[in-house]
Amino acid sequence: MLTGKVALVTGASRGIGRQIAKTLAGLGATVIINYNGSADAAAKVQEEITGEGGAAACYQCNVADHDQVKEMVTWIVKTYKSLDILVNNAGITKDTLMMAMSEDDFDSVVNINLKGTFNCIKHASRQMLRQKSGRIVNISSVVGRAGNAGQANYAASKAGVIGLTMSAAKELGSRGITVNAVAPGFIATEMTDVLSDKQKEMILKNIPLQTLGSTQDVANAVAFLVSEEARYITGQTLSVDGGLYMG
Amino acid sequence: MLEKMKELIADQLNVDPSEVVESATFEGDLGADSLDLFELVMNLEEEYGIEIPTEELETLKTVGDVMNYLKEHGIEE
Repeated sequence: MLTGKVALVTGASRGIGRQIAKTLAGLGATVIINYNGSADAAAKVQEEITGEGGAAACYQCNVADHDQVKEMVTWIVKTYKSLDILVNNAGITKDTLMMAMSEDDFDSVVNINLKGTFNCIKHASRQMLRQKSGRIVNISSVVGRAGNAGQANYAASKAGVIGLTMSAAKELGSRGITVNAVAPGFIATEMTDVLSDKQKEMILKNIPLQTLGSTQDVANAVAFLVSEEARYITGQTLSVDGGLYMG
Repeated sequence: MLEKMKELIADQLNVDPSEVVESATFEGDLGADSLDLFELVMNLEEEYGIEIPTEELETLKTVGDVMNYLKEHGIEE
């Protein structure tokens, strides 16, 4: 149970982040639903959480912006007096073959997925150091471990997240803060809805469990990593991908 | 010497206050690691209501350095 814990979930208005927010709230955590563009969707997640008796607040902030993240963390600490759990989930894709990939396609994906994760860890860990405890989970991706044609920017950002995870785990371990990553495979979300049936069929051929994952599958892994039960696990990347990547 | 600062340093680094002298280096004499220094700065910020830029960390090698820094920013006790 996460009763009394304060959790920040970035990119929590939709998809995997939304499910993580709802799951942590269901376990008793007070959840800050960070979003950038989707105010209505974020408000809906908040309503769903409070409707089930949970506690949640929405906070708009672009995680790629160093100072905005600082302000967000300051607000959380001021309002809730602690920050116990950080889930870096905010992410975007701009898929295209490298030859056609613009500089902005590359920069914007890396800025949000990788630098955004750095920004949040940097500012949140300050408070966690003070508390001498904390749980950080970064959402990576199977393509960060295996690569994917058409996703050079996304794959690079998600591989970067794994390196960041291991470094942060080494820096913060002595203060009781664990840092892990979760690497989802093909999860049914808006991000994968755009794939054609033929593409999906091709993907399923390579998944031993022969099905797409759900956002709840990912949220369950996150819930474990932020729990007391996972106290001796840090610097790891846990794949939630039906066996797609086995490294 | 700033007594409160001495206390904070001794507390943070888990050393005897008598070891906290102006010439003592944090990493050599007081056995601090880099995170200790970072935390010490956070505690000083809270105690004195100032903000110490992260870049300053590298210049704060000894207890005296911290004392001078605080004095330069108008903190005398």
